[in-house]
Amino acid sequence: MFALCLVPLGQLAWRALHRHLTANPIEYITHQTGDWTLIFIVITLAVTPARKLLRLPELIRFRRMLGLFAFFYGLLHFSTWIGLDKFFDWADMLADVRKRTFITAGFTGFVLLLPLALTSTAGWIRRLGGKRWLALHRLIYVTAIAGVVHYYWLVKSDHRKPLFYGALVALLLALRVGFWLAARRGKPMGTALEPKLTTAETA
Amino acid sequence: MLMKKASEIHSSEVTPKWLYLNRRKFLAGVLGVTSGALAGQILRELAWPSQKALAQTKLNVAGKSPFSTTEEVTSFEDVTHYNNFYEFGTGKEDPAKNATHFRTSPWSVKVSGLVDKPRTFTVEELQQLAPLEERIYRHRCVEAWSIVVPWVGYSFNVLLKEVSPQPKAKFVAFESYYSMGQMPMASYAGIAFPYVEGLRLDEAMHPLALLCFGMYGGTLPNQDGAPVRMVLPWKYGFKSIKSLVKIKLVEKKPDTTWNLSNSNEYGFYSNVNPQVDHPRWSQAKERRLGEFFRRPTLMFNGYDQVASLYAGMDLRKNY
Repeated sequence: MFALCLVPLGQLAWRALHRHLTANPIEYITHQTGDWTLIFIVITLAVTPARKLLRLPELIRFRRMLGLFAFFYGLLHFSTWIGLDKFFDWADMLADVRKRTFITAGFTGFVLLLPLALTSTAGWIRRLGGKRWLALHRLIYVTAIAGVVHYYWLVKSDHRKPLFYGALVALLLALRVGFWLAARRGKPMGTALEPKLTTAETA
Repeated sequence: MLMKKASEIHSSEVTPKWLYLNRRKFLAGVLGVTSGALAGQILRELAWPSQKALAQTKLNVAGKSPFSTTEEVTSFEDVTHYNNFYEFGTGKEDPAKNATHFRTSPWSVKVSGLVDKPRTFTVEELQQLAPLEERIYRHRCVEAWSIVVPWVGYSFNVLLKEVSPQPKAKFVAFESYYSMGQMPMASYAGIAFPYVEGLRLDEAMHPLALLCFGMYGGTLPNQDGAPVRMVLPWKYGFKSIKSLVKIKLVEKKPDTTWNLSNSNEYGFYSNVNPQVDHPRWSQAKERRLGEFFRRPTLMFNGYDQVASLYAGMDLRKNY
């Protein structure tokens, strides 16, 4: 699984080695790492619903790693912007974060991932206490939405990809609303989707 | 293994038994298919690194042009594999793949509207109107990247003089070729087709405005706007319409595609201007393909000779 998560990076490295990063390598690396950040966020968000719907509680053991890979690709994406695209022109970057709404959204999403990555260890779960830790880690919902918005605002006219990620994030968040409603109505976790889900999905 | 029977659970909500019983196999299958697909993609790229659509015929280039820059020309590979030609897909490498079978012959361009001598020209007739020159121009995209291209063509005003514009004509409207059959990717572009552009008549008369038939000594590759296009080096790239089929002289300012799509971001003039940012990114600098550092963008992309066309105009308002 760990190796599989490294495949996108390997592919980038392979393309770099063979000078096959398109005519605009910096843009290509930025787009690839950005895409994979969103993909890993979506996969991470899919773990809990998959555990419940497929009754595979043991999937939990992949969640931390997947989440950390989302952070890893996010970090690569962010560093590409800092180091390659802007070449450490801090004033220019600050101006962008303030002025360009799509960069503001992306930056927010990334910053919110930082505490999650830092507190991903067992030690931190103990220190924070399970409940507080869980509450903190719900920040990934905000990151997921910010990531989709970041992408949507960036593209010029062809919105298919950001809308696709947006639909996945919406579905995964809606499932959580469904689970939550189910739990509130006193049913055991894992009895799966409530009819209410359809209304939650449109919300 | 027992499935719990609870009457309030609808049968469709229950994980199917086969899936539940085979969940580990299912998961292994998902992983297997994913890794297989990724491996396949890598192998495919190893085998066929890049597809090319570079059928070029040599053009008779009569001479060089004083308008040419001495800057280093961008590689042919980059100019032909990094294209915005949304009719053939919105990815930069899509047009090189999807325009391979685009039919560019026979081809004719209809010139109509407020002219004394309206006429439909074949591309061959157009190429005979004046000697073809090589013009090495800087080309600046609105997305803040740039290239240097040795285009082949002649000043567009040659064609205008040929059809004799009437005094009432104030603007030139351009239209690209469009057919869903040849351009199936166009429906995903998110902009309306056929692609339309426009210039003020005095802009169109400026000798820098190029009616272009080729580049790098040969005819235009399909993905670069074959067989005939405009090149307006002092404006953002999207103003330089590709695969031109209609030219009409008109009295009122014509519609332009990107302006219709998003008027806040793309104005009618769209002159290269480092001081006026695109709402979503800065236009102060650009990345020249093949270079690492961004370089400063120049006013009118360095073509100061057009400045007089815009004397007294507020270029912040008329972006």
